[in-house]
Formats: sequence, structure tokens, C-alpha cells
Amino acid sequence: MALRHFGAAAAVAIAVGMTASPALAVTEIQWWHAMTGANNDVIVKLANDFNASQSDYKVIPTYKGSYPDTMNAGIAAFRAGNAPHIMQVFEVGTATMMAATGAVKPVYKLMADAGEKFDPKNYLSAITGYYSTSKGEMLSFPFNSSSTVMWVNLDELKKVNAEIPKTWPEVFAVAKKLHDNGHPTCGFSNSWVTWVNLEQLSAWHNVPLASKANGLDGFDTKLEFNAPLQEKHLEKLVELQKDKTYDYAGRTNQGEGRFTSGECAIYLTSSAFFGNVKAQAKFNFTAAPMPYYPDVKGAPQNSIIGGASLWVMGGKSADEYKGVAKFLTFLSDTDRQVYIHKASGYLPITKAAYEKAKAEGFYKDQPYLETPLLELTNKEPTENSRGLRLGNMVQLRDVWAEEIEQALAGKKTAKQALDASVERGNTMLRQFEKTAVK
Amino acid sequence: MQKQAIFQSKLLPYALVAPQLAIVLIFFYWPAVQAVIQSFLLQDAFGLSTSFVWFENYVELFGDPAYFETIVRTFVFSFAIAASSLSVALLLAVMADKPLRGGAVYRTLLIWPYAVAPPVVGVLWVFMLHPSLGVLSRYLRAAGIEWNPLLDGDQAATLVILAAAWKQISYNFLFFLAGLASIPKSVLEAAAIDGARPMRRFWTVTFPLLSPTIFFLLVVNIVYAFFDTFGIIDTMTRGGPGTSTVTLVYKVYNDGLIGGNLGGSAAQSVILMVMVIVLTGIQFRFVERKVTY
Repeated sequence: MALRHFGAAAAVAIAVGMTASPALAVTEIQWWHAMTGANNDVIVKLANDFNASQSDYKVIPTYKGSYPDTMNAGIAAFRAGNAPHIMQVFEVGTATMMAATGAVKPVYKLMADAGEKFDPKNYLSAITGYYSTSKGEMLSFPFNSSSTVMWVNLDELKKVNAEIPKTWPEVFAVAKKLHDNGHPTCGFSNSWVTWVNLEQLSAWHNVPLASKANGLDGFDTKLEFNAPLQEKHLEKLVELQKDKTYDYAGRTNQGEGRFTSGECAIYLTSSAFFGNVKAQAKFNFTAAPMPYYPDVKGAPQNSIIGGASLWVMGGKSADEYKGVAKFLTFLSDTDRQVYIHKASGYLPITKAAYEKAKAEGFYKDQPYLETPLLELTNKEPTENSRGLRLGNMVQLRDVWAEEIEQALAGKKTAKQALDASVERGNTMLRQFEKTAVK
Repeated sequence: MQKQAIFQSKLLPYALVAPQLAIVLIFFYWPAVQAVIQSFLLQDAFGLSTSFVWFENYVELFGDPAYFETIVRTFVFSFAIAASSLSVALLLAVMADKPLRGGAVYRTLLIWPYAVAPPVVGVLWVFMLHPSLGVLSRYLRAAGIEWNPLLDGDQAATLVILAAAWKQISYNFLFFLAGLASIPKSVLEAAAIDGARPMRRFWTVTFPLLSPTIFFLLVVNIVYAFFDTFGIIDTMTRGGPGTSTVTLVYKVYNDGLIGGNLGGSAAQSVILMVMVIVLTGIQFRFVERKVTY
């Protein structure tokens, strides 16, 4: 019965939709995204607010699964000729999207064509740099940005009389203490093993991950992270893995529960972990900056971002683009950015929003929410810390993780694992270069 | 009895077969041909630039020693999954076939897991055996076993095989139960009167009479292990640690969908397709001879 009603309702809805929409002349804008839980609520609220603010356009957000799922759904839809207007793509998909000339409409062009007021200087360059050409043309619109921070269980640190460690040697020492005093299965750990231990590590110490400014200056880039710094770091992790002073927690963020449960007292992962920590942790915590090696000159440099941006897909009508442009302007509004920042824990993307949150005293109560921003803006970005733009990044990360796992399991030395990561990764980069649209 | 149907019109039989043929063509042959064509192409993820590269995708695959490792691993996995799920299902079916109080309840409970989607199976087992989240891993560690499938490849492989086999047990169980029901009780009773003990009765009467079922399930299980396990692998291990749980079909998914390397992925699917055709051929050519219908 229920199903029959549903069918009838659907039929009516379709009939109404078919007859009514041309009469209202509302241009629909499809927005595909990968946000769940509280962040999904934020997206729905943003779309509703925008739809209520004017009557010409209607933004329809659709959840499409995880980041890779959303991206694949968008690519498949594009191949089938019905791509959404706006697609949320995580930062590692940037190179793939960028290489797809014709499939996407660059944001700077979109705004100019639609005659929207748009000044890239209003946005935090540490964030927009990732999504811009070397000429500073913004290709996609930053939406949710985060960075790696070190989550610390203050209660446990107090128990072993330790300060929040600032450098890697200090982290190792504190972890040893924790391991020997009540944390036998985990002194410290991290999620996103390659993001934290290769990508961020390299940027934070101003050493290259790959040539050509980490790929920003061209697809003919070569990986270069089998260098002394990364090797030393991995060697240390391998050594500490033996007695679980460090304990590997998987390729993605599946191990984050080990921090909130209290098992690991030091845990490096995204600043966007904040929502879960706040909801679940029954202890005092903070998010400290990533540790660094003090013997590396100039360290720490600045961190690079994670998260996602909004890509506008190509081949749509001028009217639709006008709506998309209006929506992006709507998102850039200072109050709205402050709202997104507070509700999701992701970073504000405009300078004005950051200043406003600061002026409101937002960081006085929660200083750790400013940590990722301070990391990102710690120093003027260099070629090695502006961002990464490597093709096939999702699979590259899997390959690197495979090799790191081999090292941690004792099947390869750190050097062998990194050499193999570089070699296998370069093969994939050449493959990508071959297929990228020239 | 006349076996041949006689049609008045010459066209009618073709018309009757046409829908079936159309379905086979559209859903089986068309995608297969597409895969073969795609495997000769080099294309970006969006399909914006395409070039014809002949056998380059295949050459690249066979030049990669890791690909051979994947092939061997897939065979080991498939054999382990088929063998373990078939034997456990047979054991359970034989037990459930006995006249028991509440037998229907047991049977229903044993069939349930089949309704669970593979990724859910993966998540379920992860919750039990994940090194830090897992309920069971706590007991394993307490028992002095160094349980860490995140880094130990053999443990991860065992975990995947276990989960994949577990899911297939229900399906096999159902067929075995039906097969057992069709064995005439009089034959078993006669054997019992002749003094054959249960084990002997099973091996000399029941097992041979079940052989068509076993053969059918063997084919189905191998195909399942080859093609349907990737959801389990993706949720449980994502192919790791290292590459110790990457099977052929997972590699197809990973290279094609995650890596956007459609040509290479298509070449792999074509190889996979050929492999399963050959495997099924061998089974029907040689194993079927031992089957008594």
C-alpha cells in the first residue's frame, strides 16, 4: 500500500514538475557534494537560504557519496552528457579536473562572463593558491578547507608530566613516555598516512615532493620525495612501530576513533576532525601545529590545505552560469563564511571572514580552531609549499601507502619503500601526462 | 513423445526468441565489445582526448611483474573462498537436513546472511576484527596473538577470505539443502539396512548424488570469488597492507575508477573475461565428467 501511494505521489510530482517548471521559469542548478552529517545540514541550509533570497534560480544539492564517489559520478555524468552545474571535488582531484580543459568552466572566467563582482585578493591566498593557475587565475571555488594538525589529549599528557611537543624529536620522546605509562598500544598515530607523513611533511619543511613546483608548473613533473628528510622520518616511524610507540592506523581516517576513545593521546589528522572530537572526547584536548625537525633550516614553513573546492562544469547555458555565479557570490559573503566556519570547523575562505571571526573573539575560547589557519599562513608559500598538483593523485596515494605499509611491516627498508613509491608514482604520472588534454 | 515443437509460421520462433537475444546482446555482448574496444584506447577520465594505441595497454600489463602476482593471488583467494564456503555450507546443510525440533528456524537463520550486501559484510567484519575498533581483536590480543591486519598481509588476506566465504555460505547452503531433499530416502535407508554407517552412507550415496549441485556451486562460487568480492575488499582493506589483498577485479576497479586509467582497466577486464571463459570451459570439459546427473 505504502509503495502504491508513493508511486502515485511520484507520478503526480513528476507531472507537476513537468507542467509547472516552465511556467515559473526557475533555472535549476544542480550541486553534487560529498558532505554527510552536520556538514550536510550546512549545505542544505546554504542552498535553502540562497533559494529564499531570490526567485530566479534554485540550487538543488545532492549527496553523491564519498569524495571519490562524487568525483566519479560527476565524470560519468559528464561522459553521458548531463553533468551537474557545480561539483564538489576534493583537493587531490584538482589536477584531474584542471587537465580536463573544456569539461570545466574556470571560476574566474565564470565570474567575468556573468558580470559578478569578484576579486581574488579578497580570498585567503594560502587557500586559493591551491586552486589557481600560476598567473593567479582561480579555477575552482574553495569551499571546505582544512589542514593537518596535531590533536593532543591534554589529560594524558599531564599524567606523564609532558608539555605539548613542538618538534618531532619531542613527539617521539613524549610518545615513548606515554607508551611506557598506560598507552602500550599507541604512543602516537595519524590518519591519511601519505598526506601527513609525505605531503605535509615536505611542505612544512620546504622540501619538494615533486619537481615543477610540485606539479603546479606543468604535468611533466617528477616525484622527488625519496630524499633524506622523508627517509629519516619514515625510518623513525618504522623503528617506533616495532613496539607500538607509533602505531599505524590505516590509509584513510578510519583510525581517528583511537584518539577520541583515549587510546592514542597524540594523533595527527585533519583539522576537520574537530566536530567529532568535540562530540565524543571526554577529556581536555587541543589542536597543536604539526611538529617539525629543528635541524632543517627554515622549518616550519607553511602547511598545505586539504578539503574540497567547487568546480563549475562546462557546456551549460549563459543563464545557468549566471545563477552559478550569483550563488558563488552568495557563498563569499562575510557573514555566511563565518557561519560555515563555525558550523563545520572548516576554514573561512575570505580574509574578511577570518578577521570577523577573530574580532568576535571566536578563537579566544577555541584557540585550536585558529591553528590550521596559522599553519597555512605561517610563512609566505614557496614552490614547495604552495600546493600539489599531481595527476591521478588518489591512486598515487594508494601506491605510496602500499609502500609505506611494506616498510612498517618490515618487508622493505624505508629507503626501498620510498624509492619504489617514487618509481611507481612516476610511471603513473607519465601515463597521466599522455592522456591529459593538451 | 515428440520433442520438437511445430510452428505454423517460420517467423514466429524467431520472434519468440528475439527478446531473449536482444537482452543477451545488449547486456552481455555489447559491453564486452565495448571493453575490447576501450582496451585499445588511451583516454583521459572525461573522454576528451582519445588515441588508438593498439596493444600498448596489454604490453604494459604483462610487463609489470606485479600483475602476475595479482593473478596468482586471485587464484589462491578464489580457491580458498570456494573451498571453505562450500565445505562449511555442506556440513551445515547435512546437519540442518536432519529431523530437528525447530529445524525451519535454523534454516532461515542460516540463509539470512545472503541478503547482506558485500560492502556491509566488509564493514561488519571490520567491526569485529579491526585492530583498534574490533571486538574480537581484543580477545585475540588477550590470547597473545599479535593481531594487526593493517600491517600483516597474511592476516588481512585471511580476513578477506573469511568474510567473502562467510557471505557465500548461505547461498551454497540453500542449494545443498535442496539437493539433499531430492535424494531419495529409500536409498539411504537401504544402505543403512545393509549396515553402512553414517559417514559411509554420506560418501558413497549422498555425496555422489549431490555432485551436480556441487559442480554447479563450484562454478558459481569461483565466479563469485572472481567478480563479487571487490566490495568486501574495498571496505575492509582497500587492497592493503601493501598489495596483499589486491585481486584482479579490485585492480580493475582501482585503476579504472580511482585512477582514471580506462584503457588499462579495460585491458584487465578483457583478460579477466578470457580467464573466466577458460576456467568455465575447463570445468565443463573435465570436472563435469565426474558428475553424475
